[in-house]
Amino acid sequence: MSILIDKSTKVITQGITGATGLFHAQGAREYGTQMVAGVTPGKGGTSIDGFPVFDTVEDAVKQTGATASVIYVPPIGSADAIMEAVDAGIELVICITEGVPVLDMVKVKQFMQGKQARLIGPNCPGVITPEECKIGIMPGYIHKKGPVGVVSRSGTLTYEAVWQLTTRGIGQSTCVGIGGDPVNGTSHLDVLEMFEADPETEAVIMIGEIGGDAEEQAAEYVKNKMSKPVAAFIAGATAPAGKRMGHAGAIISGGKGDAASKKAFLRECGISVADSPAEMAEALLQVWTA
Amino acid sequence: MNIHEYQAKAILRNFGVPVPEGHVVYNGNSARDWARRLGDGPWAVKAQIHAGGRGKGGGVKIAKTADEVKQYARDMFGMTLVTHQTGPEGKVVKRVLVEKGCNIADEFYVSFLVDRATSKVTLMASAEGGMDIEEVAAKTPEKIFFESIDPLTGLTAYQARKVAFKLGFALPQVKQAVPLLQNLYKTFAEADCSLLEINPLVLTGEGDLLCLDAKLNFDENALFRHVRIRDLRDYDEEDPMEIEASQYDLSYIALDGNIGCMVNGAGLAMATMDIIKHYGGDPANFLDVGGGATIERVTEAFKIILSDDKVKGILVNIFGGIMKCDVIATGVIEAAKQVGVSVPLVVRLEGTNVELGKKMLAESGLNIVSADGMADAAEKIVKAVQAAG
Repeated sequence: MSILIDKSTKVITQGITGATGLFHAQGAREYGTQMVAGVTPGKGGTSIDGFPVFDTVEDAVKQTGATASVIYVPPIGSADAIMEAVDAGIELVICITEGVPVLDMVKVKQFMQGKQARLIGPNCPGVITPEECKIGIMPGYIHKKGPVGVVSRSGTLTYEAVWQLTTRGIGQSTCVGIGGDPVNGTSHLDVLEMFEADPETEAVIMIGEIGGDAEEQAAEYVKNKMSKPVAAFIAGATAPAGKRMGHAGAIISGGKGDAASKKAFLRECGISVADSPAEMAEALLQVWTA
Repeated sequence: MNIHEYQAKAILRNFGVPVPEGHVVYNGNSARDWARRLGDGPWAVKAQIHAGGRGKGGGVKIAKTADEVKQYARDMFGMTLVTHQTGPEGKVVKRVLVEKGCNIADEFYVSFLVDRATSKVTLMASAEGGMDIEEVAAKTPEKIFFESIDPLTGLTAYQARKVAFKLGFALPQVKQAVPLLQNLYKTFAEADCSLLEINPLVLTGEGDLLCLDAKLNFDENALFRHVRIRDLRDYDEEDPMEIEASQYDLSYIALDGNIGCMVNGAGLAMATMDIIKHYGGDPANFLDVGGGATIERVTEAFKIILSDDKVKGILVNIFGGIMKCDVIATGVIEAAKQVGVSVPLVVRLEGTNVELGKKMLAESGLNIVSADGMADAAEKIVKAVQAAG
């Protein structure tokens, strides 16, 4: 078990003939992921480095039985690519692309209402179930199979947490990068619910950022519904109000969503909060024994 | 991206939103000429900077004669306007808006923004116009009304009516408010705004609704489809180093401390600033070199960090990931040689080929301190800077 993906997951790559899409499709295949096909409109019927290419997601799904799709399509076409995947019956859509217009995502969210598909991202590193399936741009070798679930808005900071675990000999069940944008497909809360239901996950590290109240909502869930121990780190304690720190979502406005108030609230909800990003694994080990 | 008030009003006017007649000017004489062309006084003379709270700092004046318009405008040009949004250094006034004045009977607040919780655009309105909305939200949250907007239908007439009645408008104003609010939403949606704020929306003595001030922010990720809006960017209003950085796809924000940071990834960059602070240091900047940090980009990043003379030490924190550490090391060494780093430099590398990368740094002959892990790196740079200071 694990969440979202495992070794049986069949994955297509939207935007596979672009340099980024191909590079990461190859990386995922080397990791052992079943990368069954790619989609690039106009290049259907060809193949690239052994990946069959289709014109539409619909064709790719019919021919390969894929249930997951990863999107490297540039921002101008990302929203359309997500909707195409959802419409073709893909169950898990992971959009890596950074720079998708917010109002495009507002429309996508509306489009997805009532549909079964789950979207991860955009602007995210992807999802990995170590030693089974890697979908996205994260370096595979830093991961190790094990009992800790990791959920984060940030890419490299997730690697940092994973590395802290792996170097202590602690493996991960699944690591989910939900992305740094203000409107995205899956929240911290959604992922915590999945980890709670997953028998293989024993404990969770949640990495948040300043801005919004997604971490607070997740913390409420931890307090009221979650039986597994959770540790957290909130990035952005030193960020000045109103400044944009790379992620469009990380804006402190009107005194809400700052790091101090988020940390305090998380602690009230029984989460072990690391004050330093170097102590994420330590914070977890304070409330959980590996 | 921000634009000036006069530009925001021009965009709104194109969408059929009522705004005062006015014109931007660059000198006193043309301020007076435009005042005359706009008709009888009084006129509003408004300094154009990208910050709110201009009135309190002397950036908004009401003139009764055209000569007064000229005088006020002259006083404003070149003045450094300090408001609660400019920071203590303030902003120099280079453009002035001359507008036809109006009789204000009442003031209201209207804004549109993307609500992360609902993933929808939300209309926010209050009868407490002309005030800081954060203050209204803190003291009297019941006086703010919200309408969540379906992207398929846009702001519907009934939603606009609901808001108009809640604001206490009489029927003639409700009839004006419906198209006004709908056109504001249309502007927001079609121009890819991230914030559209009208404060105040005024009811004139003649019974007309008018957007007396306007603030438009745009989603930078959507500027590729708004060439005309992109051209409105005023580089005078931005930090020159941030502009320089953006030309190399570096995300840079200047801060007040003395430890320069170079990191890959926004989250890790924020966390690096946090850990510097955690060990008693003070970050001089946020700098995300992004995923594909080439030698050229690393070099530019060093140049930008070092052009800030407050910087007394540099911390490089790279989690290689897909990037190989030896490539990063080459970039750091090349950059350090080219730029000539005279301050302490601590480098923390993690990822593929980390041993090779560390070896290269050690053998470079440069004064580079290698660190194991974020905590070690932060401690080392803070100590080095304190020792030097």
